[in-house]
Amino acid sequence: MAGSTEAQATATTAPRIVLVCTGVRPEEKMLVEAFAARSVELFTADDRRIHGPLDAWPEGLPSADAVILRAKSHWRNAVLARWIESRGALAVNNSGVIETCGDKVATTLRLIEHGVSTLRSSVSFSAESGRAAADAVGFPLVVKPVVGSWGRLIGKISDPDALETVLEHKEALGGAPHAVTYLQEFVASGGQDIRSFVVDGVCIAAIRRSSTHWRTNTALGATASAVDVDSELARLSVAAAQAVGGGAVAVDLFETDSGYVVNEVNGAMEFRNSVSTTGVDIPGLVADYVIREATARQRLAHVS
Amino acid sequence: MPVLTTIECPVCWGGVNVSADVMLSELLDCGDCGAELEVTALSPALQLAEAPMSAEDWGE
Repeated sequence: MAGSTEAQATATTAPRIVLVCTGVRPEEKMLVEAFAARSVELFTADDRRIHGPLDAWPEGLPSADAVILRAKSHWRNAVLARWIESRGALAVNNSGVIETCGDKVATTLRLIEHGVSTLRSSVSFSAESGRAAADAVGFPLVVKPVVGSWGRLIGKISDPDALETVLEHKEALGGAPHAVTYLQEFVASGGQDIRSFVVDGVCIAAIRRSSTHWRTNTALGATASAVDVDSELARLSVAAAQAVGGGAVAVDLFETDSGYVVNEVNGAMEFRNSVSTTGVDIPGLVADYVIREATARQRLAHVS
Repeated sequence: MPVLTTIECPVCWGGVNVSADVMLSELLDCGDCGAELEVTALSPALQLAEAPMSAEDWGE
């Protein structure tokens, strides 16, 4: 139990855990069931009803030792994580993981810093410098929003003419989403990639996502199939998770001639298509992790 | 999934199957029109509304 704040539950009781979400998706329902199976009640809170002064525990959020952040909005998860941590409770994932995973530039920089094999990437801040940034990556390349998910606004650019059009459009549109252009090496993967799941430093499962489109997001209709987690996939997945700060994350990778390469790390992972596909109880393992962390935090606070 | 009831989709007026263990704020898909729907009330009567549109920073 952290600090002497309103976040506290009683140190001698089971940790009090709240799940924040924006509507209950299959993942959230699976988590509620997983906690119930462990005789731990998981309280739920809708992010749209949370508010309040920042020097107090958020109104609309039940008091808790730990809060699982699964709002659909990246910014809301990031703000809530900072807020909850400032009041002495555990955020899962923590604010550092959420902020890093929600920002593709930050993720890439962390992967590079930690020596994790990742795609060549570059950034630019104007149409003119974008052409030079593209040269550093090579064609074809992929342009992505720095903050975004589910394959939204991701474009494959095959030549300098197409790049010029995109850069001019971004400059004309302006605003925060277009202030930074993030370019990434394109991998001719045949419409396939691998998603691995890492919880508390262990790669627990992986799926192969297959699509008729070069984008492999299941949100766009890609299908999932089971894949064996070999030692290299496990090692790289765990290394990527550690690079962004640990927690419970999903790592997207490509298989290339020179081995696995990390594409992205997701801090609010979706797994609805992966439990039956892999036979791994992903929500159960997440629940075990959260209960373990919250209980350890309670004991630490009780001793101190 | 045991079906509790079938209620009208607020978008296309088709039938949406709702399971017995439905939760408040649960998101359901209309099998007819594909709209994402949110359970806005469990009692006295089950109510559905169209779920909010996806926003720029939504995702994983």
